[in-house]
Amino acid sequence: MNITNLFKIAMRALANNKMRAFLTMLGIIIGVASVIAMLAIGQGSKISIQNQISEMGANMIMIHPGADRRGGVRQDPSAMQTLKLENYETLRSEARLISSISPNVSASGQLIAGANNYPSSVSGVSIDYLDIRQLKVKDGTMFTQNDINTSAKVCVIGKTIVDNLFPDGTSPLGKVIRFNQVPFRVIGVLQAKGYNSMGMDQDAVVLAPYTTVMKRLLAQTYLNSIFASALSEELSPLAVEEISTILRREHKIKEGFEDDFTIRTQEEISSMLNTTSTLMTTLLACIAGISLVVGGIGIMNIMYVSVTERTREIGLRMSVGARGIDILSQFLIEAILISITGGLIGVIFGCGISLLIKFVANWPIFIQPWSVLVSFAVCTITGVFFGWYPAKKAANLDPIEAIRYE
Amino acid sequence: MSVRKIIELDNIRRDFQVGEEVVHALRGVSFSITEGEFVTIMGTSGSGKSTLLNTLGCLDTPTSGEYYLDGISVRTMSKNQRAILRNRKIGFVFQNYNLLPKTTAVENVELPLMYNSAIKADERRQRAIEALKAVGLGDRLEHKSNQMSGGQMQRVAIARALVNNPAVILADEATGNLDTRTSFEILVLFQKLHAEGRTIIFVTHNPDIAKYSSRNIRLRDGKVIEDIYNTNIQSAEEILATLPQNDED
Repeated sequence: MNITNLFKIAMRALANNKMRAFLTMLGIIIGVASVIAMLAIGQGSKISIQNQISEMGANMIMIHPGADRRGGVRQDPSAMQTLKLENYETLRSEARLISSISPNVSASGQLIAGANNYPSSVSGVSIDYLDIRQLKVKDGTMFTQNDINTSAKVCVIGKTIVDNLFPDGTSPLGKVIRFNQVPFRVIGVLQAKGYNSMGMDQDAVVLAPYTTVMKRLLAQTYLNSIFASALSEELSPLAVEEISTILRREHKIKEGFEDDFTIRTQEEISSMLNTTSTLMTTLLACIAGISLVVGGIGIMNIMYVSVTERTREIGLRMSVGARGIDILSQFLIEAILISITGGLIGVIFGCGISLLIKFVANWPIFIQPWSVLVSFAVCTITGVFFGWYPAKKAANLDPIEAIRYE
Repeated sequence: MSVRKIIELDNIRRDFQVGEEVVHALRGVSFSITEGEFVTIMGTSGSGKSTLLNTLGCLDTPTSGEYYLDGISVRTMSKNQRAILRNRKIGFVFQNYNLLPKTTAVENVELPLMYNSAIKADERRQRAIEALKAVGLGDRLEHKSNQMSGGQMQRVAIARALVNNPAVILADEATGNLDTRTSFEILVLFQKLHAEGRTIIFVTHNPDIAKYSSRNIRLRDGKVIEDIYNTNIQSAEEILATLPQNDED
């Protein structure tokens, strides 16, 4: 008995029962399609979260004053004054693993321009801040090092501020806005970024030279935080270590004592958010996997009924010389053909549904090549696994009884 | 003229265990059939004729005794060996035709050859067409089994039994489901095959059929009670000519 003939026999048997074959396939089609679509949705949301995080900044490292705990009492980091301007300058000149660094001081109050006003905070930063937070100046220019040196009263504002202070659409460039009685000249407008994944408006910003904010607005010598960018994502942990070493030295913290500052990286935030989306993907994949198993049981069910229904046919095949192995192979090949064809249709459907969701519901979708391969492999194995038992039953029939079966 | 013994039965016994009791279906059956004989085997139900047919068809093995099919001992063969032997040496014709549903005549006839890998697709189809022509269905090659009458289906079944050029054709009540006229048409076909030199064993409970065969064996209670050579074979064709035409044909 050669395999080509067995294939022909199985194909003819399936062709004789197209409807039954199709209904059997349906389970597999739905199973495979849902596995692919669910994983595509899961992966899509994961990638979109990652994109949003990297939009927040490039390999960002945030240094805040204060440890999580000191002497058993948790403290408000903003109330602490341990992070000094000198620390920023030392880090800027000594840290080798960071590409850019900016101090951050923040003052909150009311912005006023003509008849309009808007509550906001002014961030005092250096020029590097644009690179760290991946911001771009759309109109006008960023302030210069000279502005920082002279504590110039200039600012660069985000779109939300523009919309609220200049609702009539006039260009804010060159206009003067006042913040807590201090006039600032607008020299640049930032490109809009929208909301980030945590719901914060990234366009409600006013950037000014840190010297200006420290001297003219707050009259303080300490920093609220320092932002930096690691050279690369891989170097981020080493950069954290380097910064920590320098700051401990600067703050004269002895061996064995806790840091008086906290360093957080973007990876920590992203891994936290990733956990959520990984959990969701796993959940979706489980649901889809269950439907694949149900599809497999569908195959077994139909094949099992089909063996009973085709007892006479099996008896006949045996009486004209089919061996047990021939019958077994035939039914197994039928099951595999059903599951592979169903798998193929399922892959097409799954990709189709994913694209449909992408274009109609506008969800982020990413079809993973491995999910296609895996679900295809799984449905083939399902076919063999669930086809085996009915096929074995068929092969073990007694030809004498089978041929006279009513 | 040297005669080849196609079937040789030597004291065949077949016992079945039914619960506590042992049922003796065959109690020492011995006969031999030579090439070119048309043998009818008769008996009432329970006479052991089905068991004998299963044994002759290599579907079953005897409890004791020897069975040689075309010189090959069957009793010690495995299931798979018997399947191959059936494929090469035996052609079955059943009472209820047993054609594959929704399958064309040619594909039905091709079936035994599908299980013989030595035969290529071209040859298989060629032989199936020849067999169908031999039973008078040369114009119905692509008809599906559900588009044919009972007589036509039985002809397809006979073509299927012929296609592997078997040593013996085993017919089990082959005319049992057919009306009188169609039965005679099938008998004419069997007589034609007999005339061509084929060996045929026709198992039936209808005593009339014995008139058209060359030999009649009668069974009762698992034993041969009569074994008569028919010297006056009647022509089924002549009887057929006297029968009224069927309306449907």
